[in-house]
Amino acid sequence: MSRETALVSADWVEEHLDDPKVVLIEVDEDTTSYAKGHIRGAIKLDWTTDLQDQVRRDFVNKEQFEALLSDRGVSNDHTVVLYGGNNNWFAAYAYWYFKLYGHQDVKLLDGGRKKWELDSRELTDALPTREKTSYTAQEQDHSIRAFRDEVVAAIGAQNLVDVRSPDEYAGRLLAPAHLPQEQAQRAGHIPTAANVPWSKAANDDGTFKSDDELKQIYTEAGVDWSKDTIAYCRIGERSSHTWFVLKELLGEENVKNYDGSWTEYGSLVGVPVALGDEAGEA
Amino acid sequence: MCGATEGGLSLDGIDVAKEAIIQGQVVKGGEPVGNAYVRLLDRTGEFTAEVPTSATGHFRFFAGPGEWTLRTLAPKSDPVDKTVTAATGVVAEVAVAL
Repeated sequence: MSRETALVSADWVEEHLDDPKVVLIEVDEDTTSYAKGHIRGAIKLDWTTDLQDQVRRDFVNKEQFEALLSDRGVSNDHTVVLYGGNNNWFAAYAYWYFKLYGHQDVKLLDGGRKKWELDSRELTDALPTREKTSYTAQEQDHSIRAFRDEVVAAIGAQNLVDVRSPDEYAGRLLAPAHLPQEQAQRAGHIPTAANVPWSKAANDDGTFKSDDELKQIYTEAGVDWSKDTIAYCRIGERSSHTWFVLKELLGEENVKNYDGSWTEYGSLVGVPVALGDEAGEA
Repeated sequence: MCGATEGGLSLDGIDVAKEAIIQGQVVKGGEPVGNAYVRLLDRTGEFTAEVPTSATGHFRFFAGPGEWTLRTLAPKSDPVDKTVTAATGVVAEVAVAL
């Protein structure tokens, strides 16, 4: 993958608003954003109800994902363009999710909803109608999804990249600062993880920095490009953003997103936890 | 005080005593700005969080105690930075004028 195949600009999206091969999908943390206005023709996926199992902590399964996309009118040969608020956190999460289930042609709108709004581009509250399809998903691609045992095994052995803010990494905050802080899990980070906040990869308007800048940011943070990499955050959305940078923009092999992230790791019994600004020992 | 301040976002269900809250309103020419983005930067200037303003221009963060910077971005306006001190159990109010 590369910037050319994984990312599209706001101008590109405006030029393809009426392209029947392109499906625009908005995915937001604030699931009410879409109703307040969205890009013309865009449909909405709700990350809490559409993409998550409603009982277990896991994703919808293959059959549920197939039923979801069929119902929303997305077919296997559509070019899916994702965008959303929070600098594309949840859109990047959905991007990773589409890749997990084997969708071939999926792209992210550079800058997401924020760039679109700051440019004063058109938003509408008109709801599109789409013909139902018959979508076929692949089995989950676990080469891009990390589970807790391989995260523990990666301590001191592979690159662990904690993409939360420095205060969350150090244990001074337990959640992003737009959310209440009282949480069940312990504070801190996985020992030996480098702290590279996801935001270092983005400009203020939410667009991604250049490949050269990105490469330099992760190199300076101590990422060893000869090793495999696991990115994590609190619940796996911000780390999807970093996974996108490392895997899809920079084309690194063997990059996984740990979607269990700190809410799982920080609740595990018997695993090591590091506190403070230093990475800690294996 | 029980939380929500004049015309601001509701704090119902949130234990304010345990949070270091920073909140406020973005206005331009006396009118609320409902399509701005407010970023919370830590004492080193590192991004910590960002929220879009509500229809009434309001925003809120649950920060930690200490010094923070609010950077406000809005269409057709230059970014505005404001510093604020947060403390646990206190709601710090910040007015941002573009």
